[in-house]
Amino acid sequence: MKPLFPTLAAVAALLAVGYTLRPVRNAGAFDLAGFGETPALVNGRIKPLDTVARTTLLTLQGRQRVQAPDGRPLTPDEWFLDVMLRPALADTYRTFEIVHPDVLSLLSLATAEGDGGKRFSLAQIRPKLAEVDRQARLADDVESAVRTPFQKGIVQLRNAIVLYQHLQLTLIGDDPHVFLGQLDQLAGGLAQPAAAASPAQQGLVRELGTAFATMERFSFLHPIPPPPGGEPTAWASIGTAWTRALESRRPDPAATDFAALARAWVAQDATAFNRAVASHRARLEADFPGVMTKARVETRFNSAEPFYTSAVLYVIAFLCAVVSWLRWPAVLGPLAFRLVAIAFALSTAGIVTRMWLEARPPVTNLYSSALFVGWGAVALCLALEAVYRNAIGSVTAGLTGFATLLIAHHLALGGDTLEMMRAVLDSNFWLATHVVTIAVGYSATFLAGFLGLVYVLRGLFTRSLDAATAESIHRMMYGVICFATLFSFVGTVLGGIWADQSWGRFWGWDPKENGALIIVIWNAIILHARWAGLVRARGIAALAIFGNVVTAWSWFGVNMLGVGLHSYGFMDSAFWWLIGFVASQLLVILAAAVPTENWRSFRTAAPVSGRGQRGTLAAAAR
Amino acid sequence: MTSHLRTLRDLLVSLRLTIVLLALSLVLVFAATLDQVNLGIWAVQAKFFRSFVVYLDFGGLALPVFPGGYTIGGLLLANLTAAFVFRFKFTWRRTGIALSHLGLIVLLLGELLTGLWQRDYRLRLDQGETRNYAESFRSYELALTDVTDPAFDDVVAVPASRLARRGEIQHPKLPFRVQARAYYPNALLQMRPAGAPAPSGPGPVATQGIGQHIVAAPQPLVADPNELDLPAAFVELVGPDGILGTWLVSPQLAAPQEFTAAGRTWRVALRPERHYLSFRLTLLQFSHDRYPGTQIPKNFSSRVRLRSDDGHQDREVLIAMNQPLRHDGLAFYQSGFENNDRTTILQVVSNPSWLFPYIASGLMTLGLTLQFGIHLFGFIGGRRAAAAKPAAPAPAPVPARSAAPRPSVPTCA
Repeated sequence: MKPLFPTLAAVAALLAVGYTLRPVRNAGAFDLAGFGETPALVNGRIKPLDTVARTTLLTLQGRQRVQAPDGRPLTPDEWFLDVMLRPALADTYRTFEIVHPDVLSLLSLATAEGDGGKRFSLAQIRPKLAEVDRQARLADDVESAVRTPFQKGIVQLRNAIVLYQHLQLTLIGDDPHVFLGQLDQLAGGLAQPAAAASPAQQGLVRELGTAFATMERFSFLHPIPPPPGGEPTAWASIGTAWTRALESRRPDPAATDFAALARAWVAQDATAFNRAVASHRARLEADFPGVMTKARVETRFNSAEPFYTSAVLYVIAFLCAVVSWLRWPAVLGPLAFRLVAIAFALSTAGIVTRMWLEARPPVTNLYSSALFVGWGAVALCLALEAVYRNAIGSVTAGLTGFATLLIAHHLALGGDTLEMMRAVLDSNFWLATHVVTIAVGYSATFLAGFLGLVYVLRGLFTRSLDAATAESIHRMMYGVICFATLFSFVGTVLGGIWADQSWGRFWGWDPKENGALIIVIWNAIILHARWAGLVRARGIAALAIFGNVVTAWSWFGVNMLGVGLHSYGFMDSAFWWLIGFVASQLLVILAAAVPTENWRSFRTAAPVSGRGQRGTLAAAAR
Repeated sequence: MTSHLRTLRDLLVSLRLTIVLLALSLVLVFAATLDQVNLGIWAVQAKFFRSFVVYLDFGGLALPVFPGGYTIGGLLLANLTAAFVFRFKFTWRRTGIALSHLGLIVLLLGELLTGLWQRDYRLRLDQGETRNYAESFRSYELALTDVTDPAFDDVVAVPASRLARRGEIQHPKLPFRVQARAYYPNALLQMRPAGAPAPSGPGPVATQGIGQHIVAAPQPLVADPNELDLPAAFVELVGPDGILGTWLVSPQLAAPQEFTAAGRTWRVALRPERHYLSFRLTLLQFSHDRYPGTQIPKNFSSRVRLRSDDGHQDREVLIAMNQPLRHDGLAFYQSGFENNDRTTILQVVSNPSWLFPYIASGLMTLGLTLQFGIHLFGFIGGRRAAAAKPAAPAPAPVPARSAAPRPSVPTCA
């Protein structure tokens, strides 16, 4: 009888996935979801305020979750409104991550005072604000690559505070009550001709003009849409909109709505708040239906967190698949396969959504490369599993899928991951060909390495690797390495052609180019070593595991050198993780050097009847 | 003798040699990548790739430690060619292997030719400016210009490499000899305070021109690829009636220095080497587009007017990122900008072998796709056949597979 359990469990997983995709609902009386969907131009891209709130939180504190000092959880949008409009309250939310002990001692703070030992509020930092600024200025003169951890920490904190303070100048230019009161008076004054203004009104205009100029200068949020028929990307900040209103004597309707919204939030008047949001959205829906559709989808995407759900599913699938080698293979094997398929479908949907939002091929920066490398590896695993049905594809899928999503999660801490492409990269053709092919090459090389890990660890430490499975892993590794060679080679060459088109040389020995070349050479070495008869299954496994090291170097290591034309993907915090990963791979390669006669799987494969068969099995695996 | 030759041939065609060479190249590329942090990209290329042997400095003693790019690349080329001649059996199943390795030969040859033939220049154009020459990035020349005739300049240019050899230079157009007294590949020039004594030391001293008020100190070569070495030289000019004087020349000096010799007016300057074009380029407009509301650059582009000397061409061209102008064997790339977006910097590349990598990559891509495609279809076909046999006991195909000979790819003929 075909076991029913895998299908039922898969349906349950599907239902759970469906639940995460439900529309965002408001928990209270305020239409926060509607507010979150409101678009603004930030860093060159029109995105919903919900995205701005979430990425700001990630930049400040490394997570999207936030709570009031009394422990009440806040949605990112709620926090965002408080930061912009209720500074006294928002300053008590502990949202600044500080981990370096010297930075903490500079601020006279103890870990016990922080949320989770590392998150602090602006109110806690404020007494030492001048000192933070002084220290950061000292560190500014040092090139970022050679800053000490303390200097990095202090600069990061200063930048976080600056970001926070600029955010506070989005909707209001001063104390909320004073500013909004003045804005009220101004709205009345603008109705009369400028010549008729009383001296008091002229003073008010001067005072507000300064505030508007400050907002215009510092706010990085541009939520005021261009007038219908204007340049579609010419969104303006609220300060700009009011400055224009002072000249034209006609307030911008969007700016008026934001003022009403601000007043309502400060007064905590839900009805007025919802009315302002609805009015602003209604105008946007009429004038910019395309922008609003994207904003809605992106907000839904944010709240669904498809990559988080996928990561969870990959872990479960991995565990099921591993256990299936030891117990209940008929139940757990198919279940693992189905879970991987669901997780894969979900991350595919996530990647496609990102592509649609950005109107770009899948890989545009380091973050999306992590998503895509994982996606490619899992796709290959699914193909392998569909052919072999021995749960090995599911194990490697779970492992690579989870690992790459974990990496992606850490890469997302820098801010919005849907960035605008800088000049030379602004080419969908090359992003779609070179970058995607290279990423598939990474996927395949990693997959071969992970298959190698499975081969060595399972063969050496368990008795579950029988001769047939060992041979099938061998064949999988070989096939995947062929695939990896093809894609890393083609990708590298396409990169050369792109370089020839944009920099005037096919090959320049740039670190990233060298990294790609090393992957190609390494795969070629494995193939030639096999063809020369120098290695068999065990040797290929060991070489393929070293391929992990080579690929990790090429993917992240070269970026840490901080030189070259490709160092736009620069990151340094992951250095120790890379070292740890390399060390772990070298350890397994060392373990693979144990003669196959001593591997638990092959040792137990020897029947009592004689040494001959054991010899052949070990030899086949050699 | 024949047996020795055969041993050599066997070594040359062997797959083991291929593997060793690939492994060596991997180490070379890795070491070169790491060394870029210290040396910069140009020095690394010279040290690791455009060399036969890599030397390492042990306390001032340069010891050969590793084969260089030319050695490894050359041996790989020999290994491949030998394998092609002696080992490959051309069957349709192996066309993929043959094609991809042929492509590799073309690629290596192309890289060699690029190393030998490629020249890089740059062309700096202000808004509205017209030029008919590009300048070298890193090579300099000593230009001696007879400017007596206001309508016509007569230039004698001496490559800086000649100055570096400190030799004496004579030219029929020059009424004097040029004697290079010193050449510093990278130098720091500083004004000497008025009244300060002339520097005493081993270096020569300028006796003519602005150089009399300047101290030139040799500097180490720069490693950062974004910085340039700025050379300086002391040249002594010797006429038939004796020494005319010693001049300090450097691209860091803003204007050429003027003097008279044999009744004519001359100018002397050390300037980036010039490469004259058969056409003129005029910068009409440089554009620096940014994403709205940010400083993130979206595109750089230069609209230029191209006029050929023969008068048959006069057109406008847009040079942008990823969109070079190819004309008359040269390619012009948008490389940079200066002067508040009013000056464009174009990179000019002359590389007669630029098509090699394109051909090579076409061959290799086709070859690898064929090869692995044949494998894949063979594998799928094999599994289908195995699955079609209903009576076969489950474990049966496995020993058959494990017993199958490994190499499905070319071995020795």
